[in-house]
Amino acid sequence: MSTHTLKLTSHLRSVALAVVAVPLLFVAIAALQARIDVLSAPVTQDKEELLLRSASLLKKLSLGYDPLLADIYWTRAVQYYGTRLQNRSGSFELLAPLLNIAATLDPKLLIVYQFGGIFLSDHPPGGAGRPDLAVELVKRGITANPNEWRLYYDLGFIYYTRLKDYQKASQAFLEGSETPAAPIWMKVMAARVAENGESLETSRFIWAELYDSTKDESVRKTALEHVQGLDAEIALKRLNQVSELYWKKFGRFPTSMQELRSAGLVQGDLKDPAGYPYAMGPHGIPQLDTHSSVKIESNQRKP
Amino acid sequence: MTNPAIEIQGLTKDYPVGFWRKRMCRSLDYLTLRVEEGETFGFLGPNGAGKTTTMKLLMGLIFPTAGTARVRGRSIEDVRMHREIGYMPEQPYFYDYLTARELLEYFARFFGYSAVERRERVTRFLELVGLTTASDVQLRKFSKGMLQRVGIAQAILHDPQVVFLDEPMSGLDPVGRREVRDIILNLKRQGRTVFFSTHILSDAEMLCDRVGVLVGGKLRGVGAPEELVSMEVLGMEILFEVRAGSAPPTSMAERATHTGNRYRVEVAEADLYSALEELRSCEARILSLAPLRPSLEDYFLKLVGREQAMQPPTEVSLV
Amino acid sequence: MSTMPAVVAVNTFREAVRDRVLYNLIIFALMMIGGAILVGEISIGVHQMVIVNLGLSAISIFGIIMAIFIGVGLVHKEMEKRTLYSLLAKPIRRWEFLVGKFAGLLLTLLVNTALMTLGLTGALYYVSRTFQRSDVAILVAVYFILLELALITALALFFSCFSSPMLSTLYTLGIYVAGVFAPDIKGVSEYTQSPAMAAGARFVYYLLPNFHNFNVIAAAAHGETIPFTLIWHNTLYAALYVILILVAASAVFSGRNLK
Repeated sequence: MSTHTLKLTSHLRSVALAVVAVPLLFVAIAALQARIDVLSAPVTQDKEELLLRSASLLKKLSLGYDPLLADIYWTRAVQYYGTRLQNRSGSFELLAPLLNIAATLDPKLLIVYQFGGIFLSDHPPGGAGRPDLAVELVKRGITANPNEWRLYYDLGFIYYTRLKDYQKASQAFLEGSETPAAPIWMKVMAARVAENGESLETSRFIWAELYDSTKDESVRKTALEHVQGLDAEIALKRLNQVSELYWKKFGRFPTSMQELRSAGLVQGDLKDPAGYPYAMGPHGIPQLDTHSSVKIESNQRKP
Repeated sequence: MTNPAIEIQGLTKDYPVGFWRKRMCRSLDYLTLRVEEGETFGFLGPNGAGKTTTMKLLMGLIFPTAGTARVRGRSIEDVRMHREIGYMPEQPYFYDYLTARELLEYFARFFGYSAVERRERVTRFLELVGLTTASDVQLRKFSKGMLQRVGIAQAILHDPQVVFLDEPMSGLDPVGRREVRDIILNLKRQGRTVFFSTHILSDAEMLCDRVGVLVGGKLRGVGAPEELVSMEVLGMEILFEVRAGSAPPTSMAERATHTGNRYRVEVAEADLYSALEELRSCEARILSLAPLRPSLEDYFLKLVGREQAMQPPTEVSLV
Repeated sequence: MSTMPAVVAVNTFREAVRDRVLYNLIIFALMMIGGAILVGEISIGVHQMVIVNLGLSAISIFGIIMAIFIGVGLVHKEMEKRTLYSLLAKPIRRWEFLVGKFAGLLLTLLVNTALMTLGLTGALYYVSRTFQRSDVAILVAVYFILLELALITALALFFSCFSSPMLSTLYTLGIYVAGVFAPDIKGVSEYTQSPAMAAGARFVYYLLPNFHNFNVIAAAAHGETIPFTLIWHNTLYAALYVILILVAASAVFSGRNLK
């Protein structure tokens, strides 16, 4: 006979009950939780953050686990942005406070500044449309990390892309170029921006640099969109120049891309970054295909 | 045939020992025992023999490796059995923030008495164990002897048919022990079954209808004290006193022990009358004359000694 | 049969009441609430919010401390001190004992929370001299705190059945903290790239008791009404989870050999 049998029926009964009831209860509890999540979304969503807008109070309460809490708030900021973006609700009121809290808790969390720089300044529905808050945030980052060239870059980005303040942008690039480990092109950028102001090539360079260097998915996504858009714009600009050559040669505007090809002015299949062929619009102005997913910022029309 | 009060069948308990808890140590080995209604049964044995283990198994505090037990026809697994039994643990320990009265009232609540009856019972039993004056003192201030009395009171206040007492005399002064003896005798008179463990053999001899001797987890002898101990008379013991200045008879002088003028000598039964004649001739005063019989203690020691000489502590290997 | 847990519960309550530490905790909590009055004399509106926030947080924190402090000893102490020997010899089943201990501690927490809530209402009245309809939200928040405490008590009791007080405290506290960050765990499951991680995080999210559900302190501070369906759902959640834990505890305890 085994020396370890517990033949006590009351114990076996309790164990049997547990084996049956516990999984069932867990299933019921999970279902309830799902319902609660749905029900409590309006109640708890924003309000919980309001109390802790005071970042310094939060820092004191965090009992020294600041970087951990910073990570949590950073994650929440990303989630907040993501859900708002999906819901297309348009307002990103809490984005700046969340990012600021994360920055207060861990001033060396560089991604916070970059993320804020891009998405706070971007106009709705992609962002909060508050370039002023973005500038403020990035400047905080620079104060805390004066030798991070990347932050000056982020600042210059905001001035160049959103605020169209080319002088301040150039200034930022210049300052950044003077930090150790700054890439050489920053000085070049500073000069070029100061001279020419906005240009498609510079813009493309800025967005491409962002795409190459960032680790954040959202940033990458938007950078890629912009790079593709700018590539398309640059291509369209060149095609427009070709169109004018055609006019000079044949006395009329071309009506299709095929005509340009037949005239030997362009070669090969010309497709935009999304893979759609460029089309010829009225008055010989090249356009994107109507189905194309590429977005361009401005419509450069020539009379 | 009536149900025995207590029926134990093959009750066994193994404990895992050793750092990895792989080896098993058998503390109770197939105990089989039967106690009839109204019997007072003494459970004897040296320390560590398994007496407390047996009680804890019967109370459902620990669970058997094998075997069964029934009290008044109900399995020990049946919670209703606990209505009819009382239990006093060895070295009882109670909620020290309660007073004696509060503790007894608390326990009384488990038996469904009305408030009036509860209060009356508690007062009565406090008086029975001599704790009336201390009834409103917190138990944390009680001495060991006082706790022992509370222990008995809580065991019997619901008038159980079968009472289990684990070392009820331990820690008590002679007065206390006398009182406990009286309580047990009273329970006996009321027709209740009393099952108590002790290693004070004179108490067992005096109180018990039957005793069982447990050594090393095994039951080594069961029966009425006088059955276990042979009736054989080993001799006669004479206590006498010589007159001041006299000496005892020469035949006894070497064998006798004495303090002052009082002597004690053992003689063979056949030589009794000649010895008395010798004492008469030297005008000694006879103080007492008693037959020498083996006592329960001798039986006990014999059992224990033999047992312990025979085998090392039982270890059961894990199959 | 059904009165056994109640008998044990009343005695457990009595034990807690006679424990001096409890009084210190209550006094401390009341002091905190009183101190909240001094904090931030900006304007009546904000003042009220601060008092409610601090007050409810104090009630929650001290309630949790009490629940864990007493809870982890509920069963363990009785096993160590062997008071359980004479108790289990009475006609009481082991699960009835567990339920009684749970109910007794819950009753204690209820009384203490009620006292502290009285203190809070007193502080609020002192500041604003009126009662408003929005104050009902505070009572709802206190109710949610009680639900939270019930869960924590059950957890502490469960661990008390087989673990020392120190370890039980660690386990209970650990589960509580994890439960507070439940939405972040859910967030991981939604934003992570790896499907294995997402599934794992979701599993953990539903498994852990979600203490975040019960935190409506901010809403109460703004005097918002909490929908009745939410109150009902959360009550059910807490009840089911408590039952689950007690069933598990019973399974563990009913087979336990007392030393």
